[in-house]
Amino acid sequence: MLKKLAFAIVAAFAGSSAGLAADIQPVLLYDVGGKFDKSFNEAAHVGAEKFSTETRISYRDFEPSSETQYEQALKRFARRKADLIVAVGVGYSVAVRNVASQYPDVKFTVIDAIIELPNVQSITFRENEGSFLVGMIAAMKTESNKIGFIGGMDIPLIRRFERGYQQGAEYVNGDITLIENYVGTTPSAWNDPIKASEMARSQYARGADIIFSAAGPSGLGVIQAAKDTGNLSIGVDSNQNHVAPGFVLTSMLKRVDLAVYMAMKEASDGSWQAGHRVMGLEEGGVDYAVDEHNKGMFTDEMKARLEQARAKIISGEIVVGDVAGSNSSH
Amino acid sequence: MEFFADLTLLIDSTFRTATPLVLAGLAGLVAERSGIVDIGLEGKMLAAAFAAAAAAAVSGNPWVGMVAGVLASMFLALIHGYVSIAQRGNQIVSGMAINIAVAGLAPTLANFWFHQGGQTPLLGDEARFSAITLPFAERLSDVPVLGQLYTEIISGHNLVTYLTVLIIPAVAWMVYRTSFGLRLRAVGENPEAVDTAGISVTKLRYQAVLIGGLLCGLSGVVLSTGMGAAFIRDMSAGKGYLALAAMIFGRWKPVPTLLACLLFGFVDALQGRLQGENLPLIGEIPVQFTIMLPYVLTVIILAGFAGKMDAPKASGIPYEKDH
Repeated sequence: MLKKLAFAIVAAFAGSSAGLAADIQPVLLYDVGGKFDKSFNEAAHVGAEKFSTETRISYRDFEPSSETQYEQALKRFARRKADLIVAVGVGYSVAVRNVASQYPDVKFTVIDAIIELPNVQSITFRENEGSFLVGMIAAMKTESNKIGFIGGMDIPLIRRFERGYQQGAEYVNGDITLIENYVGTTPSAWNDPIKASEMARSQYARGADIIFSAAGPSGLGVIQAAKDTGNLSIGVDSNQNHVAPGFVLTSMLKRVDLAVYMAMKEASDGSWQAGHRVMGLEEGGVDYAVDEHNKGMFTDEMKARLEQARAKIISGEIVVGDVAGSNSSH
Repeated sequence: MEFFADLTLLIDSTFRTATPLVLAGLAGLVAERSGIVDIGLEGKMLAAAFAAAAAAAVSGNPWVGMVAGVLASMFLALIHGYVSIAQRGNQIVSGMAINIAVAGLAPTLANFWFHQGGQTPLLGDEARFSAITLPFAERLSDVPVLGQLYTEIISGHNLVTYLTVLIIPAVAWMVYRTSFGLRLRAVGENPEAVDTAGISVTKLRYQAVLIGGLLCGLSGVVLSTGMGAAFIRDMSAGKGYLALAAMIFGRWKPVPTLLACLLFGFVDALQGRLQGENLPLIGEIPVQFTIMLPYVLTVIILAGFAGKMDAPKASGIPYEKDH
């Protein structure tokens, strides 16, 4: 305890001596998944940590236990004159809209939702572009010419993943068959790995040999089914290749860490701007994951084709279809 | 031929999906036959799923997980029993309290112990009940129809599913063929008569609640260490309530309850299969509609076909000696 306190004092002094007048007080608010969810929120935490070690500016964070705390937490930090409040997740959209209009002097960055207010920066991702690339990977790797998709809750945001995935697969192979399933139509669909795994088993048995799941924690059921049946799966949001090495072909990365890092960095050097920022392939906001667990599954030819497609998407030669309403609150 | 393959697939999936439903349904049956309404099946299932996954993750042994899961469920059953039997409290309130408490407590404990956002670590193959390939399954897979049925449908389930196949006749035998079962049925219909015969109503009901806890515990164990490989918040996803509906539809009798659970399992597998399919004349069915199917079916069955519901007469009524 004493050690911690001493460290805090030292850190405070170090902060004040190192920082200039521009020292800011950023705050990071997670969603109900919690800080170490091995996915979305953990990525946000990683981004904030990177900012903090680089600039030696400390940040505060908060883990709400339910959605009803969102607005309360935002208000509390806004009242304490935080400079920048970063809220992670589309669930924050209503709360940020309400609080940001009450505190026009505080900067807000919200991730995955679009809010049009003069003091709010909205960051969204082109999940369809990243999904296009993993769709290509699936189409190049499949032996049965059948691939699968399992979405969590049936909302436009998840349809966007499916749209890009299908388009990418068809870009490689026009004859490919896509089998799709959605776990449910309510938020409980994110937490039903049993149903997701049952759907995956059904898809594998019907001939699909690779399944991409965009289903939050339910997706773990898909990876488990891949392992149990000896097939391949594709992870989502963060790098899930390590969950079942050899059975996860790749993961569609959504760089929430980068978004959080950039927002804090810009707030500290004064270049932060309100408005809407979209992070696609060009901005490095989405990507596919290659690491020691799956690099053996990629050939040089596959990589070359992927890089070619990436360049074409960035240049606008390939337009990846989108789904309307993906980032509005529901 | 494709139809045959689809059907085998659906039936195979039905057996897996129905396992936790059957176990929880039988748990509810034993408790309600003794006169204790058990709406806390959902919570006990979730608690068992959590305890089993946590214990299996720490010990690396699925059997340790099974014992932990069953104990957790029996402990909650004991609380429910204490409230309902000793304190003569409202059984619905007590059951719901268990459901709500577990829904909050399990992810909180998981977060506290494992720091993975309310989940438990993913179990390796040695720490869970993985699929068992029955003898000769490989060799018989070439034999048309019968061999395929054996390989695809009967072989390849986890241990708890096979255990359930033994538990069903055991519970039926216990309820209908033993003196304990006779007393159990009597105490749910007319506890005064049982009491007059010099048999303790309290003891009988505690026994019933504990047997229910054991069976319900197994249903949670199969969720997190058999079908899945970790605890994830709210992973029971309403199966406890569905089991309760199956038990009511099965009129508090083991075999009809089993059939109702199989029906629910089958419809669930069917809805997954129908998603995104182009049906002749109708076209593609929207996901929202197929997902609705199991629930619509439940309402139709309960309202239309179930007929007169003869629940145990003393079900939900605390027994008081002095009146």
